[in-house]
Amino acid sequence: MQIRKNIATSEEGFIFNPSTGDSFSTNNIGTEIILLLKQENQVQEIVKAMCSKYDVEPILLERDLDEFMTLLKEFNLLEQK
Amino acid sequence: MKKLVIGVTALNAIDSPGPGVAVIRAIRDCKDFEVRIIGLAYESMEPGLYMHDLIDKTYQIPYPSGGTEPLLARLEYIQEKENMDLIIPNFDAELFNFIKIQDKLLAIGIRTFLPDLDQLEARDKMQLAAFGKKNGFLVPKEYYIHEFNELKKMETDLNYPIVVKGKFYDAIISNSFEQVEKAFLKIQAKWGLPIILQEFIKGTEINIAALGDGEGNTISVIPMRKLYITDKGKAWAGVTLEDDKLLHLGRKFIQSTNWRGGCELEVMLTSTGKPYILEVNPRFPAWIYLTAAAGQNQPATLVKMAMGEKIDAFENYDVGKIFIRYAWDLITDITEFQKIAGNGEL
Repeated sequence: MQIRKNIATSEEGFIFNPSTGDSFSTNNIGTEIILLLKQENQVQEIVKAMCSKYDVEPILLERDLDEFMTLLKEFNLLEQK
Repeated sequence: MKKLVIGVTALNAIDSPGPGVAVIRAIRDCKDFEVRIIGLAYESMEPGLYMHDLIDKTYQIPYPSGGTEPLLARLEYIQEKENMDLIIPNFDAELFNFIKIQDKLLAIGIRTFLPDLDQLEARDKMQLAAFGKKNGFLVPKEYYIHEFNELKKMETDLNYPIVVKGKFYDAIISNSFEQVEKAFLKIQAKWGLPIILQEFIKGTEINIAALGDGEGNTISVIPMRKLYITDKGKAWAGVTLEDDKLLHLGRKFIQSTNWRGGCELEVMLTSTGKPYILEVNPRFPAWIYLTAAAGQNQPATLVKMAMGEKIDAFENYDVGKIFIRYAWDLITDITEFQKIAGNGEL
């Protein structure tokens, strides 16, 4: 799964889906994750990048990331590769 | 540059607005021509009449129910004074008359850019199911009820919720047979028979504004999602979308009807992405200024096409462009009201 190509994001964490007109906001960490997803990083690569930047256990990050990805999917922001 | 004189109707910029004021605003935005705008109003309290920065002069015209003769006579009178190049009618109910007299209007120098009667009837509310079937569009199932007794017989056959709709206007979502009966009688009292019972489609409300050249080509198509909906179901705010399937739907409609002029498709997009056409309006919608703001000025383009200019189809528009409607108390004087109410001109 990857983030839809046409999804617009801002540095402030605003997300706009131009296909549906839905908009969302996320915090700084969510914004970073979406940016990494837009750069076509895989989940493991995102975990690695975030763990090297923040003081967090990989297993906790993976769990939170999984939850976040579920939310993105629910909101129709992800697509199959 | 010759100043174009353009007559525009539907100046009722109220909470359930006519498109006229938005059409004029879009036309005035275009720098390719100069215009003098003639407002054509049915009632003296249509707000557009008093917007002198948009409309240069307004004349009252007879109600559509009066038929074509009084309308033509009135327009001939106006034409003697104003020498109009074009009229853009924007009410569903008046289109039949304007289409009927379009040749006579042309004979006195007034152009129009309208669908023909077959095209107008094909998308009529009462024909929508047949139209969808013929052209491969998804449309909700519909029943046309011509008398109250017919409804009684259907009591056990209906699934809820169901939408009870008037022939011209109004739609009430009903969740039980008692509610259906109540809605039926309410709408019947206002708009008469038949009443339409339409399958309720759950989803996101999308409107598509499209402009056809009359030869099957789509010159412009812009989908908009309603962001804020009034109690009358009208969009009070909306955002332009990027969705190939909606663009395709708009183009397919124009192609299959050879639509000439502006139109609006009211679409319900289901959670599985299926676009159901709920209604097709045979004229520009009240939110048409958004098309100008997004880079495809449909009213101004219609003016150019009506004046004989060859226009290529637009390719791009701004996605994520939002309109938010607002109410504004325009102040005028009783003398203004007196002019239009007493003399039929302002």
